[in-house]
Amino acid sequence: MAGRSLEELSRQYNSASAVRGPGGPGAGPGGPGPGGPGGRGRNLAGGGKPKDVRGVIGRLVHYIAAYRLQMGLAFLFVILRALSSLAGSYMLRPIINNYIAVGKMEGFLFALLVLGGIYLVGVVSTYAQNRLMITVSQNAIEKIRNDLFDHLQKLPVRFYDTESNGEIMSRFTNDVDNISMMLDNTIMSLVSGFITIVGTVFMMFYTNVWLALLTVIFVPLFMKAGGFIASRSRKYYLAQQAALGAVNGYIEESVAGQKVVKVFCHEEVCEEEFALLNHDLRGKQMFAQFFGSIMGPILGNLSQVSYALTIGIGGVLCAMGVFDVGGLSVFGNYARQFSMPINEVSTQVSTIFSALAGAERVFAIMDRPPEEPDAPDAVRMEHMKGDVVLDHVTFGYNPDKTILKDISLYAHPGQKIAFVGSTGAGKTTITNLLNRFYDIQEGTITIDGVNIRNIQRENLRENIAMVLQDTHLFTGTVMENIRYGRLDATDEEVIAAAKTASAHSFIMRLSDGYNTMLEGDGANLSQGQRQLLNIARAALSKAPILVLDEATSSVDTRTERHIEHGMDRLMESRTTFVIAHRLSTVRNADAIMVLEQGEIIERGNHEQLLAMEGRYYELYTGKKELD
Amino acid sequence: MKRWMKYVKPYWVYFVLGPICMIVEVVGEVLMPKFMANIINEGVPQGENGLWYIIGVCALMVAVALLMMAGGVGGAYFGAKASVNFASDLRQDIYTKVQSFSFANIDKFSTGSLVTRLTNDVTQIQNFINMLLRMCLRSPGMLIGALIMAISINPRLALVLSVTIPLILLTQFFLIRTGFPRFSRMQTRIDSLNANVQENLTNVRVVKSFVREDFERQKFGRSNANLKEAGLKAMGVMIFMQPLMTLFMNITSLAVVWFGGQQVIAGGMLVGDLVAFITYITQILMSLMMLTMMFMMSSRALASGRRIREVLDERVDLTDQNAAHPDRKVQQGRVEFRNVSFRYYKNSAEKVLSGVNLTIEPGETVGIIGSTGCGKTTLVSMIPRLYDVDEGQVLVDGVDVREYSLRHLRDGVGMVLQKNVLFSGSIADNLRWGDEEASMEQLRAAAASAQADDFVSHFTDGYETQLGQGGSNVSGGQKQRLCIARALLKRPKILILDDSTSAVDTATEARIRQAFAGELRDSTKIIIAQRISSVREADKIVVLDDGRITGIGTHEELLADNQEYQEIYYSQMDRKEGA
Repeated sequence: MAGRSLEELSRQYNSASAVRGPGGPGAGPGGPGPGGPGGRGRNLAGGGKPKDVRGVIGRLVHYIAAYRLQMGLAFLFVILRALSSLAGSYMLRPIINNYIAVGKMEGFLFALLVLGGIYLVGVVSTYAQNRLMITVSQNAIEKIRNDLFDHLQKLPVRFYDTESNGEIMSRFTNDVDNISMMLDNTIMSLVSGFITIVGTVFMMFYTNVWLALLTVIFVPLFMKAGGFIASRSRKYYLAQQAALGAVNGYIEESVAGQKVVKVFCHEEVCEEEFALLNHDLRGKQMFAQFFGSIMGPILGNLSQVSYALTIGIGGVLCAMGVFDVGGLSVFGNYARQFSMPINEVSTQVSTIFSALAGAERVFAIMDRPPEEPDAPDAVRMEHMKGDVVLDHVTFGYNPDKTILKDISLYAHPGQKIAFVGSTGAGKTTITNLLNRFYDIQEGTITIDGVNIRNIQRENLRENIAMVLQDTHLFTGTVMENIRYGRLDATDEEVIAAAKTASAHSFIMRLSDGYNTMLEGDGANLSQGQRQLLNIARAALSKAPILVLDEATSSVDTRTERHIEHGMDRLMESRTTFVIAHRLSTVRNADAIMVLEQGEIIERGNHEQLLAMEGRYYELYTGKKELD
Repeated sequence: MKRWMKYVKPYWVYFVLGPICMIVEVVGEVLMPKFMANIINEGVPQGENGLWYIIGVCALMVAVALLMMAGGVGGAYFGAKASVNFASDLRQDIYTKVQSFSFANIDKFSTGSLVTRLTNDVTQIQNFINMLLRMCLRSPGMLIGALIMAISINPRLALVLSVTIPLILLTQFFLIRTGFPRFSRMQTRIDSLNANVQENLTNVRVVKSFVREDFERQKFGRSNANLKEAGLKAMGVMIFMQPLMTLFMNITSLAVVWFGGQQVIAGGMLVGDLVAFITYITQILMSLMMLTMMFMMSSRALASGRRIREVLDERVDLTDQNAAHPDRKVQQGRVEFRNVSFRYYKNSAEKVLSGVNLTIEPGETVGIIGSTGCGKTTLVSMIPRLYDVDEGQVLVDGVDVREYSLRHLRDGVGMVLQKNVLFSGSIADNLRWGDEEASMEQLRAAAASAQADDFVSHFTDGYETQLGQGGSNVSGGQKQRLCIARALLKRPKILILDDSTSAVDTATEARIRQAFAGELRDSTKIIIAQRISSVREADKIVVLDDGRITGIGTHEELLADNQEYQEIYYSQMDRKEGA
């Protein structure tokens, strides 16, 4: 079997899909934080380092600036929490030394009450801090999402044509999730981790300088070990993510094309190629998983070693009478827990980096230049008649690759202009220009004598109704989907529009008629039915200019014949541009433009074009070619 | 359970060694406080005489700590080995299983759901196993060990736990029970927000052309606010967890210090034991929290496991195991339908095909025409046995298709699907799906017949041009032509084109047909089309309506006496011209 090699496969599929991975490094068995069950998974996917850390942080701060007060309070509570936990551990020393060890009952209860008070402060602060932070983070995240979405609405069509939807989606899911996780608990655990480390060291020195020095000797060891593991784990994690991306990309593509695989009996090759990728992933995942999970045991047990030494030496000191038992037990606790905040801080740092990298990607989209603003003297045209003139229009998606060359044509109000030509001739491109999805490089387009560059963009688009080749619907009822064409339309008007598009009869056969919910892009409708809904949507709009881009390509010709009448009514009072490769659809146009490689090579009405016996004749009589 | 044991078996060593390593760590952890108690109780009171004792215990503790580290690292190693291998084998098996799926099986699961099962669900299981191996003995082990130690130190004091442990369990139970529905509501809202964005992205041209940016913005804003509200509610419950657990831990240690302290003062307990006892309390409560977490994680893993099992347990209803002539190949390309009936779902009343009888001779060109949904695709799907008939028989070269091996049958029948895809890789890679050994000349020849050679040659990299996922960087018409070329390379005895030139213009399509007539002279050609022009010259045209054949004949014959055909014809032609 001629499968591809691992190198080829990895290269082809690596970037193919959004990388979704398992838990990622670190994240040892901590307590159940506010993540909770069924919450968003710990997705460190798409990690990497941000390029401009300071800039990203600055912009993030902007989002939480409105919650200064809450943040300030939360900081306060975090400090309180860390201090109370330190103090709580320490209180055991006087209690043991002053009461238990010496057998003194007076004041014992009071001392316990003080300890209880300290504990209570800690508990309340923990809750208050969590409470404040989820409010801050949820609000900030809402704002970030809104801003991102708002900005997406302003971006030009070119942006959507060049970026993949999956990429943009992963900004909304993975990246925003990571930011949200960082705001939820990472910042605060970082703060509390730092305070705990500093506080613990301080308390150790306060309790016993010599033992403290002994513990501090271990710190560089902790750091070294932690740093080593973290860097390894990041390296293997990235390798794993890349391999996982390839596996997922391969799965996505081959499962989507499963039927083709079956028709070509290609199952074995697919299995072999998949096995190659899967095997590659197996090896890389081993390392990533291993290094991702040894941080806890190594650091934790290093502190057990330091604990053992401290207890031993502390015991000796006690035995010699230079240290007390209460102090020893307190110190033991500090030493044993010392690795916990270090462990926490080191894992949180990587979370923060991937969140910042995510934030950077989110901001990068927000920084994309929006559609060019309207010219200051742009006009708003109240009653457009629909007199359209294209004058020597030249256009290419890239300036160096011309798609349309020197196109000139005019359409009087109410006329029907058709474009025909082979695939790739530039028919659809024309529809992109009329409503300024793209701006032309040379020539002018005018409507009612006004250059479209000088018409307010919204105004321009409101006056051009489009029925596009790719039909997509929105989640919502049938009624809502049609009403998209004119938001203030009454139910009666919607139904009338549906009748015009011959959609009424099939809508009435749906389970809830016009109130049937359409989900997942109207998955329960046929392509033809979806096109009819799209036509109804355009019929509802009062725009004087209508663009039909292969609007009925999936409607079978008999049905098309049935809706012809409705379509005629739809086009009656509007200037209409029709694109169709099915020539029967365009026969009755006032003028037909034959496009070939971006140029109009023939123009005229059906009879004239046939009489010319040129390209149109060829296309139209293609069926007779074999005679 | 048996299902999963298959993936444990080859790696059972890791599955055993992992937990053993963890036991080493747990035992050490449980012993440590006891050592400390010994130092305080036995060593310290002896003053200078106890020094060697203390040093001895200390050395022991260091040794135990190092052993624990080895145990922890070993646990991580074997855990990784076990979980990664388990997941890889599982992933491979699911993938292989999906490869064996018939079209009916594929229809049942959606593509998206299969992909999720292969990716997310497997990952869930993998993480769960890793956690299970590292925690399954650790938490309960620590819980039990610490309990035993606590009771052995002071059974009366351990009574405190009989109050706090049930209290903790109860609280956790309530928090999870209130939290769970809130989290699933949040998840639903996340899904709907994502759907909202996705729709907006695919519909961007509609949004912009109707100037609905503000409308969309408001819609998203509402959905976003809903999500925030659900998020706050869900988190609002979970943020109680940590402080409440700490609170219980604190209360317990206060009670222990109070009661234990009194015992020490009364002489019934040693100070060192009290200190150790407090440490054990912490260990017990920590392991309880960990157990809860495991419980929560396992509910997700169980759901994933169930979804994976659905795939693995799915019965593949179409195999060639009982084929009587597994070595037989398609020789001539004669096709015969004998009284064929079919429905997609066994319980649906409406038949997609009913009582179809049709014979197609080798080398014939047959057109199939009819309105959308009348069963054209279904009819031809029976030939390469993509679906099995419910009643009747489909014969190729006089032999029931069920008697062939699937490979030989499908090698002999080239079908160009209506919803077709290309794959990542070069154009040549894609074409070679039809014939792995095809030379460059053969590729070009097939592409030329499909009218694809021209545009492929215009690409900078020609046949080495890399296609994006699903063939995203060629136009619809180009894609269709490449798909045809791919099928041509199979040199099939029977070639089926299921509306596969819909995006190709009439003139190009005519040239493709012309090429067929030349090079595929001996192959049977079956063409489903919307346009009459596509099937007009066929040797015979089959008119389908509602799963029944209403007419078979040449263009002229049908035009004369088939009402259905006339209707279709006149919808596409000028009356005057057609007549």
